[in-house]
Amino acid sequence: MLSNLDKQLLNNFQQDFPLSAKPYEEIAHSLGITEQDVLFAFEQLNQQKFISRIGLVIPPNHIGVSSLVAMAVPSDQLELVAAIINQYPEVNHNYERENRFNLWFVLMAEDEPHLQVTIENIEIKIGFKAMQLPLLADYYINLGFELAFDD
Amino acid sequence: MIDTIDHQLIEVMQNGLPLVSRPYASIAQALDLSETEVISRLSQLKQRGLIKRLGVVVNHRRLGYRANAMVVFDIPDAKVKQMGKQISQFNFVNLCYLRPRHPDVWSYNLYCMIHGKTRDKVLQQLEQLIKACALSPFDYEVLFSRQCFKQRGASYFSQKNVKAEFEL
Repeated sequence: MLSNLDKQLLNNFQQDFPLSAKPYEEIAHSLGITEQDVLFAFEQLNQQKFISRIGLVIPPNHIGVSSLVAMAVPSDQLELVAAIINQYPEVNHNYERENRFNLWFVLMAEDEPHLQVTIENIEIKIGFKAMQLPLLADYYINLGFELAFDD
Repeated sequence: MIDTIDHQLIEVMQNGLPLVSRPYASIAQALDLSETEVISRLSQLKQRGLIKRLGVVVNHRRLGYRANAMVVFDIPDAKVKQMGKQISQFNFVNLCYLRPRHPDVWSYNLYCMIHGKTRDKVLQQLEQLIKACALSPFDYEVLFSRQCFKQRGASYFSQKNVKAEFEL
């Protein structure tokens, strides 16, 4: 399904995307093809949702503040609670995970007071306690996601 | 630390770099800047570590990576930094963060994320990690994700009208 070109575009340009006037042309030259080939292939990958975008990954807590929050919610109420939480614009990721703490979401706000007020509001509205797990240190250097195409 | 123009630039970039011959010029036009200024601001944000990376963001679920495990460890405080750095070296580890413990409720302080094509593969990689980093003395739990209720779209800067997608 994925061509060799697709695989190269997916794996080799996750970091250090060219910051030049014609980045797709620069990529094309490095692969020995035309700019049109590169643009067309990226368009296909985009349409088929193999890539979510060509864009930025931003480290947490440099712009605004954020916290991971975990909640233990009875399973028969999980869908409803998750739907209520999703209504808050401050909520980014929201996942069910296999644990007694089964709901994990990330909140972002401009500053700490706004973050805390939002968490309090959610706790009051939902009636479950939020365990706050803000980031204290980041040990990972993001070089993208290495895809294995062998299987 | 970041000025208004940087904020706007980051916001516009969240929609992705346009697939046109001169994408930075098209971003520049939207912000009433010059192409050169967009490129130089992005380079500077990158140099200052305010952009972790610029490039293709793949949709791992769509590419067959459906097993997603958050692994949490209880590592002694004195060791956690060294362990965190060591764990981060493995190419199947996607994130590695220190977070606070909650006494009597949650004793874990080190978090890492492993994405894999299957559950078995992820568990196999975890085993490899535990062996290589000598993590076996420490308590841990594996939290596979079940459902994704929301993945993006938060607006964090309602007053400044800036949206950004963070790595988390």
